[in-house]
Amino acid sequence: MMIPLADLVTILPELIVVSVACLLLVLDPITPSNKKDLLAWMSVATLGICFIMTAGSMGDRVFAFSDLVVVDGYASFWKLLLYVVSGMTILLSIGYLKEERIDLAEFYGFVLLSLTGMMIMVSGADLLVIYLGIELMSISLYIMAGFKRFEARSIESSAKYFILGAFSSGLLLYGISLIFGAAGSTRLVEIAAAVEARGLDDSLILIALMLVIVGFGFKVAAVPFHMWTPDVYQGAPTSVTAFMAVASKAASFGAFLRVMLEGFGGMKPNWNGLILGVCILTLILGNLVAIVQTNVKRMLAYSSIAHAGYALIGLVVAGWVGTGVSAKGVSSMMLYLAVYSFMTLGAFSIVAILRRGGNEGEDLDDFTGLAKRHKGAAFLMLLFMVSLAGIPPTAGFIGKFYLFMAAVNAGLTWLAVVGLIFAAVSAFYYLRVVMVMYMREPSPDQENETRLALSPTATVVLALAAAGVVLFGLYPWPLVSLTATASLP
Amino acid sequence: MSVPVEFYLVLSGLVFTIGLVGVLVRKNLIIILLSIELMLNATNINFVAFSSHFGNLAGQVFVFFALTVAAAEVAVGLAIIIALYRHHASINVDDFRLLKW
Repeated sequence: MMIPLADLVTILPELIVVSVACLLLVLDPITPSNKKDLLAWMSVATLGICFIMTAGSMGDRVFAFSDLVVVDGYASFWKLLLYVVSGMTILLSIGYLKEERIDLAEFYGFVLLSLTGMMIMVSGADLLVIYLGIELMSISLYIMAGFKRFEARSIESSAKYFILGAFSSGLLLYGISLIFGAAGSTRLVEIAAAVEARGLDDSLILIALMLVIVGFGFKVAAVPFHMWTPDVYQGAPTSVTAFMAVASKAASFGAFLRVMLEGFGGMKPNWNGLILGVCILTLILGNLVAIVQTNVKRMLAYSSIAHAGYALIGLVVAGWVGTGVSAKGVSSMMLYLAVYSFMTLGAFSIVAILRRGGNEGEDLDDFTGLAKRHKGAAFLMLLFMVSLAGIPPTAGFIGKFYLFMAAVNAGLTWLAVVGLIFAAVSAFYYLRVVMVMYMREPSPDQENETRLALSPTATVVLALAAAGVVLFGLYPWPLVSLTATASLP
Repeated sequence: MSVPVEFYLVLSGLVFTIGLVGVLVRKNLIIILLSIELMLNATNINFVAFSSHFGNLAGQVFVFFALTVAAAEVAVGLAIIIALYRHHASINVDDFRLLKW
């Protein structure tokens, strides 16, 4: 059997990324340790090429492999975001891995493998293809979380991630098998047709829908499926945490939305109430528990749970029947996650470069008086914290503004008010970091102990993240129009 | 002559539930891993049962995918468990307290 050339061309970016990933795994052992940076640059260059290719085919809508894979504006948008995020993760890791003495180029291979999984997720038009993408992403991430294998904390976080990740994909796969029973196929269009034909109260489809929601709930870290998030984010190496918090969340949301709208779009009344409940629970728990955290990585983990709650507002709006603003819900959620990527990556980068002795300066105490010691780092952290809290004129404000506007347009004004209240609550713990940096004096031994491990590439990452936060805050129109055109109908 | 598809569904539901409960209540990582395998195999029963019910070969192809993914997952999982054992000399989840659950 021959695979048609046109199909291969459609998934050319995926093929390039996965080949380079395999090449990196082979090249790593035979590369002298002072040349490992070359492999990192090679992967960044690959991402650049793929970025140009995907950006060039942005407007198309192509199906491949008998409708198993679709490359449309929606998929292309997520892919562009994922290239940028992966590139920034790799650049951040070049210095970070050396600092942590885990300088193996296979790390970049795993980033690219994981990226391949994410790309397959967002352009899968078949539940099984999406599942395979999720597994490729997750298995690479389990390994990356345990990359500091001589440190018990890292391995422990890897094990927790593995157990709960495998458990959730087991639930998801069982849901998929039930859908196969109900629809005779796992293609999203045929699932939609089966939903149409079998009605809204078909128990087989309802159970399957529930399992799919639970499975994706784990991946996007929505309450009550969030238990793994703080532990894994805290224990994993910081550049991996940044990658997980940003890329895997964006890709999971991308696939989640496509499945819910294209596959289960016919049964919105069955799931929008459930998603609404999950959304509100996520907002409450994420924001309230973040307040009591004293470890900045753990605080950012709860903050990422809270931000999943905000992003879910977009899905609730998209699922609200008869409002005619479904596309607005999707596009505002895409905008929010794009903005979230820049600010969260920036905040984790600061944690990664701040060192105390040989360890990471990840406790809130390590930030004491940072403004006196490292003005630039403190100012950038201020910028990211203000943006995460959603205060204008940063990008975080723009993201929340469009989400809340979409909710108001859908007649869910009260939901926008709830979101606004919790944005105010979140300002408390974000601005506490700022207060600690600017208002407290560093103790004398801290002056000598803490230092910045600022590699040139980490500077580039910080500059990119800061530029994203400021530019999208002051001039968001290109991003707004891009998400509007790339949105699912 | 042939067994109705509902019987297979009940079987796979039972196997899935055993796996689900096993993950939630057992403390030994290896047992948890095996319970996850049970969940995945319950899925395979479903796929094959529906496949023969519909006369649709796609279901059997899905089983190969699910098996391959499960094998890859176990390979990584066992490696993680070995690395964990080297640190704690234990694979009981109650012994891992460095990170608050």
